[in-house]
Amino acid sequence: MDRRDFLRTAIGGSIVAGSSIALGNYSKQLGWPDDAPVPVYDLVAVKGGEPDAMFDRAIESLGGMGKFVGKGKQVLVKPNIGWDVEPELAGNTNPKLVRRIIEHCYSAGAKKVYVFDHTCDRWTKTYLKSGIQLSAQDAGATVVSGASEGYYQEVKVPTGQTLTEAKVHELLLSSDVFINVPILKHHSSSKLTIGMKNLMGVVWDRGYWHRNDLHQCIADFASYRKPDLTIVDAYYVMKQNGPRGTSKEDVLTMKSQIVSTDIVAADAASAKLFGMEPDEIPYITKADQMKLGRKNLDALSINRIRL
Amino acid sequence: MKLEHLKRIRVAVSLVFFVLTAILFLDFASTISPFWMNNILFLQFIPSLTKFLTLFSSAGTGFLVALLLTLLFGRVYCSTICPLGTLQDVVSFVGRKLDKKKHHRYLKSFNPIRYGLLTLTAFMAPSGFLLLLNFLDPFSSFGRIVANLAQPLALAANNGMASVMESTGIYALNLIPLRSIALSSIAVTIVIFGVVLWMSYKHGRLYCNTLCPVGSLLGLISKVSLYRIAINEEGCIGCNLCEQVCKGGCIDKKAKTVDFSRCVGCYNCFTVCPTEGLEFRRALFGRPPATPQKPDYKRREAMYNSCLLVASAFGTTTIGTKKIISTKESTVVVVRTIPVAPPGSQGIKHFTTTCTACHLCVTACPSQVLIPSFIEYGLTGMMQPRLDYRAAFCNYECTTCTEICPSGAILPVAQEQKKLTQFGTAKFLKDNCIVYTEEKECGACSEHCPTKAVRMVPYKKLVAPEVKEDYCIGCGACEFACPTRPYKAIYVEGKSVHGLAKKPEVKKLDVKVQEDFPF
Repeated sequence: MDRRDFLRTAIGGSIVAGSSIALGNYSKQLGWPDDAPVPVYDLVAVKGGEPDAMFDRAIESLGGMGKFVGKGKQVLVKPNIGWDVEPELAGNTNPKLVRRIIEHCYSAGAKKVYVFDHTCDRWTKTYLKSGIQLSAQDAGATVVSGASEGYYQEVKVPTGQTLTEAKVHELLLSSDVFINVPILKHHSSSKLTIGMKNLMGVVWDRGYWHRNDLHQCIADFASYRKPDLTIVDAYYVMKQNGPRGTSKEDVLTMKSQIVSTDIVAADAASAKLFGMEPDEIPYITKADQMKLGRKNLDALSINRIRL
Repeated sequence: MKLEHLKRIRVAVSLVFFVLTAILFLDFASTISPFWMNNILFLQFIPSLTKFLTLFSSAGTGFLVALLLTLLFGRVYCSTICPLGTLQDVVSFVGRKLDKKKHHRYLKSFNPIRYGLLTLTAFMAPSGFLLLLNFLDPFSSFGRIVANLAQPLALAANNGMASVMESTGIYALNLIPLRSIALSSIAVTIVIFGVVLWMSYKHGRLYCNTLCPVGSLLGLISKVSLYRIAINEEGCIGCNLCEQVCKGGCIDKKAKTVDFSRCVGCYNCFTVCPTEGLEFRRALFGRPPATPQKPDYKRREAMYNSCLLVASAFGTTTIGTKKIISTKESTVVVVRTIPVAPPGSQGIKHFTTTCTACHLCVTACPSQVLIPSFIEYGLTGMMQPRLDYRAAFCNYECTTCTEICPSGAILPVAQEQKKLTQFGTAKFLKDNCIVYTEEKECGACSEHCPTKAVRMVPYKKLVAPEVKEDYCIGCGACEFACPTRPYKAIYVEGKSVHGLAKKPEVKKLDVKVQEDFPF
């Protein structure tokens, strides 16, 4: 039984309890009878709201955060905090979304929530200017540095084709739940940065990836530990000059969000949202071939929500 | 006020300056704002003087306060404001605690060395040869001692604590990597620190009274101070206690004279004098100083010696631009002919003729990209910081070094202006780039480029980097990110005169948000 089946069974098995506890008032708003079964979705796409409101709806439709975060669990929330730029420049994950995810984790009974990124610009500056440090701390998370090799531990990537070992941040190893929160952006070398590319921020030696077939390494590392949930922030989307951007002219306000337990599906849907075909991005194709997830959106059950 | 209280005040004031200055150089987490840095260091003599000569603004007038104090009461500066002075006091205090029998005594003056070095420094510095000044300036030496020796210890302690706490799940402290090691600066620091330690352990303020150019200059001025310490022959009982506590070694009990040019104003003598054998004597309008004025032949000798030294120095000193050449291993060797001087330094010339190598920018740089140089700027520019892109790059939005430089070597630059200041330009070495050599996707350089001076252009089925130098500011993000080893495929060449980069191109988006989900 793989993770997907497990989740399906788990979700299916607790539909009645789950819907009444986790959905609460929302189930009424959505027009479902209180104890009717909630449809099981592979992916949720939301449009037209603020990042936090969109996430509320998305996570409800997946059965609530309680499906992913158990009581007393340690959670790692990994946003993109790569650059020393303001949220409107779309270089980093939206701080409102990060805050709301953390709040949901604690409501679901998480013991501790950690946030970090191995940044590109100086971490102290990116954490502050992105607004993520403040909003994460406000929500009760512990914000940790990813800027020292001392935090990283050597691990094997057993199914990796090119990338067979990597040094990963200890918080990835010690956390029970891993929530991946990328922002959808244009990217000069990997074409788009979404869910799988965001995982580069939990490893130390990124140079190795660049040196040895970037796309293959991105796909390889996605096999090391699949995130329990990938939440793609597409509120502000950098359409050109990524991943850093040069001005607000690079940014399109798309007010969208994609949430899935399948990182490959999340990336494929986000690519479409961006205006590209998943197969134009080699790492998505490779990951699909490695059976790390499904890029074929037609085969998925998708919940499309408009706010 | 009774004169014996002066010592207590001096100790208190000196410790405040010492601790605050040390904290500025220790602060590895960038917690202290430029406002505080500038105010705390306002009075430091040499940086203030160079800043004044560079800017002619009130920001550099701190040295005038020191001069005024000296004109009034002698070298008060040396025992209160100067952090290296206080460091020596701590050493000689501890030395005399360890060995109770050890006490100070009158020392003969080394005026030829003293004024010789002063003259030499004063001749060399304005012509741009700062090396001697940078070796001897007490503030910069103190800065380097803290930056090179104490800060790594503080970092190690921080990281040790952080590791222990982290193993119990507490992330209150952050692990902070050590800066790249600059051997030449560390070596010079160890030698100077060793000399200072030995001199102060043996003879109190011998450094200040022989080698320190600030001490010598203020010493000259203190010869005409309004108030000077002198022995009151009526009150003095010849007990010798004052000579034993005099750190300057300037009280000669036998001759009953005080060489006020060497008095650092520690006021220990007032505290121990059992009678009223010493006094602050007003010299200008009151009684003349106790010692009769004689022609100082030693001083003339010193002037003569120093002129010789200056002449010889000009004869032998040459400025060369040293090339940084890496050892050959892979294909194309990176040859950087001009080092990268910090943004705001205007260019190599202004920077190397103004920077006293105090290392404050080195310790304060949040990116740790500023590293003391070896001889990349030439011999006289030794230890003056340059940007080293092996371990870091200059953060696009950051202006820290320009805000805090005490000497005016790095001048203030507004953030928007800094983002256009071209202090270097990227050079692309196609034959080192893996897109060309191995035909593999990479693009790390362009990814990091904040101005898109480095952009990816189609090459076969891939994309390859291309540099538009007009848009490049020289931040080094591309060089840092480039994964090729041992030589980078893209590197930054410094600019001898800093220029202005073109504003990043803005291209309007012509896409609209789709109403429907595209899946």
